[in-house]
Amino acid sequence: MNTFSSKLLEDAVNQFAKLPGVGKKTAIRYVLHILKEDNVQVMDFGNTIMRLREEIKFCKNCHNISDNEICEICSTNSRDKSLVCVVEDIRDVIAIENTNQYNGIYHVLGGVISPMDGVGPSDLNISTLIDKVRNREIKEIVLALKTTIEGDTTCFYIFKKLKEYELNVSTIARGIAIGDELEYTDEITLGKSIINRVPYSGVHA
Amino acid sequence: MYLQKLLLTNFKNFHEVEIEFSEKINCFVGNNGMGKTNLLDAIYYLSFCKSYFNLMDSQNIKHNESFFVIQGTYVKDDNSENVYCGLKQNQKKQFKLNKKEYSRLADHVGYFPLVIVSPDDSEIIIGGSEIRRKFVDSIISQYDKVYLDNLINYNKLVFQRNSLLKRFAESRTYNKENLEIWDEQIVPLGNEIHKKRSEFVDNFKPVFEKYYKFISLNNEKVGLEYNSQLSGNDFKKLLSDNVEKDRMLQYTSTGIHKDDLVFMFDGFPAKKFGSQGQQKSFIIALKLAQFDLLAEIKKFKPVILFDDVFDKLDHLRVEQIIKLVSDNNFGQIFITDTEMQRINNVFEKVKSEHKIFNVDNGAIIMSNV
Ligand SMILES: Nc1ncnc2c1ncn2[C@@H]1O[C@H](COP(=O)(O)OP(=O)(O)OP(=O)(O)O)[C@@H](O)[C@H]1O
Ligand SMILES: [Mg+2]
Ligand SMILES: [Zn+2]
Repeated sequence: MNTFSSKLLEDAVNQFAKLPGVGKKTAIRYVLHILKEDNVQVMDFGNTIMRLREEIKFCKNCHNISDNEICEICSTNSRDKSLVCVVEDIRDVIAIENTNQYNGIYHVLGGVISPMDGVGPSDLNISTLIDKVRNREIKEIVLALKTTIEGDTTCFYIFKKLKEYELNVSTIARGIAIGDELEYTDEITLGKSIINRVPYSGVHA
Repeated sequence: MYLQKLLLTNFKNFHEVEIEFSEKINCFVGNNGMGKTNLLDAIYYLSFCKSYFNLMDSQNIKHNESFFVIQGTYVKDDNSENVYCGLKQNQKKQFKLNKKEYSRLADHVGYFPLVIVSPDDSEIIIGGSEIRRKFVDSIISQYDKVYLDNLINYNKLVFQRNSLLKRFAESRTYNKENLEIWDEQIVPLGNEIHKKRSEFVDNFKPVFEKYYKFISLNNEKVGLEYNSQLSGNDFKKLLSDNVEKDRMLQYTSTGIHKDDLVFMFDGFPAKKFGSQGQQKSFIIALKLAQFDLLAEIKKFKPVILFDDVFDKLDHLRVEQIIKLVSDNNFGQIFITDTEMQRINNVFEKVKSEHKIFNVDNGAIIMSNV
C-alpha cells in the first residue's frame, strides 16, 4: 500500500499492524483515533508503553510479570509456598486468580515445548522449577498447561524431571475441552478443575 | 434404506428433473457428457454434504444460474425422510434433514451411508501408499472414534519430532533427552494404531477375497497384506536404531506413517502386473468389502454408486457383479454405463428388480417398465 499521504502516518500504521490480530484497516482506524485525541493524552499513551518495556520486571521467584523483584503473589504471606501451579504465561495466572479458588503460588514457564516454533526445554523456565524442588521448597506441583500436544509434552517432560524427587505432581481435571487454552475456560469450570485436581498419570492416558 | 425420489434444480447440467427410483438397481445410460456421473454426484451430496468430484460447491451450480437445489426422499426404517441441500451463489450452503437445518454438516455424514466406486479409485492400486492408508483410516474411523484422535495426535507428534530433527541439523547440535520425549509419546500411539490396522486387515481380508473370487469366477488368486515396519518389531527399538539415519534425513523414517497395504495378483504386485480389468475387479471387491463393514456398523445397507465400473470388464464379470448386488445382502444400487446393449444383456441373464434411465443432456427418460 503506497497510498499514504504522509510517511509519519504510514510508519504509525505499520507499527500498529504488527500487533496480533490487527490488520491494516484496523491499524488505520487506531491511528486516526489517536490523531483526534489531544496532545497530553497521546503523550501519556506513548510514555506508558515505553515505561512498560523499560521498567517491567520478572519475578525472581515465579517469573511472572511484576513491578518489583518479587511479585505480589509470591510476597503475600498467607499464600502456600509449598503448592506451585505451573502455567504457560501471565494470562493463565490471571485466569486462575480470577477463580478465587487457589491459594498457592505460580511458576510461569514462558511457553511450551514446540520444536516447530524453535522452543526447546532450555528456552523455558524449567531449571528454576527443578531447583526449587531440589531445595525441598515444594510439596505439590499442579500442572496447568493447555491440553495440546505441546502442552502435554511439556507436562510429560517436567514430570520426568521430577520423578526422582518426593513430591505430588497433579494436573487440573480434564473437564476442560481438549485443545482449549486455559484463558478461555470459564471461571467456575476452571476453579472446579483446580480444586478437583488429579494425580498426573502420563500422556495420552 | 433407499432413495425413493430425487429432485434437482440447476445442479450441474440439469435444469429441473424429478426421478423416482427402484429400491434395488438403477441404471443411468447415455453417451459421454450427458450427465450420468452428475446424477451420482447429486446422490453423493445427500450423504456427504459435498461433491465427490468438485469441492468448489459453487461450481456445481448450472452455468449462468444463481443457485442449485438437491432434494431427496429416503425411506429408512419405513419412515420417509427428506434431505435438502441448497446453495445460492456467494452464500452458505444450506443442509436440512426433514426441514431442520444442521448446525454442523459432520453430524449428517453417516446418516445415509454410501459407498462409491469411481474410475478415480484406480489410484488405490496405482497411487502412493498414503492413498491406501487413507482408505484404511477412513473405514476404521467410522467405527472407532479413538482411532482418529490417536492418528491425529500421532501425526502432530511426528511433525514435531521432524521439526526437532531439523533444528538439530541447523544448529549442529543433538540432545538425546529432547528427542526421547517425543519418542516416548509416539511409541504407545503408534502401537495402538498398528494394532487397530492389523485387526482391521484381518477382518477385511476374507470378505475382500470372497468378493474377488466371486467376481473373477475363481480365476485369479489375489492377496492383500498389511505391511508395517512395526509388525514383529519393537517400535521403540526401531526409533532408537534409526536415530542416526533420521538425523541425516531430518525426518522420522520409521513408524506407522510408513505403513502400506500390498495388493497382489497370483503372487505379483497388482500395481505392475494387474490388467485393467483385474485392477477394476480388485477395486470393486475392496469397495464391496467396505460395504459389508459399513452395513454391519451402521445397521443399514449403504447405497452403492457404481460409476462406469463395467467399462473394461468382460460380460462374465459384469453378470457376476449384478448377480452379487441383486442379492438381499445388498441394498440400493446406482450404475452408470454408456452401453445400453450391455445393460440390456445383463438383465436378460440376471433377473433382478431394476429401472433403466436414459440420460440425454440434462433430460431423463425412463426406458423400461
Ligand atoms: N456447473 C455446470 N453447469 C453446466 N454444466 C455442467 C456443470 N458442471 C458440469 N457440467 C456438464 O456436465 C457434463 C458432464 O456430465 P457427466 O460427467 O455427468 O457426464 P457423463 O454422462 O458421466 O459422461 P461420461 O460417460 O463421459 O462419464 C459436461 O458436459 C459438463 O460440461
Ligand atoms: Mg461419467
Ligand atoms: Zn512471583
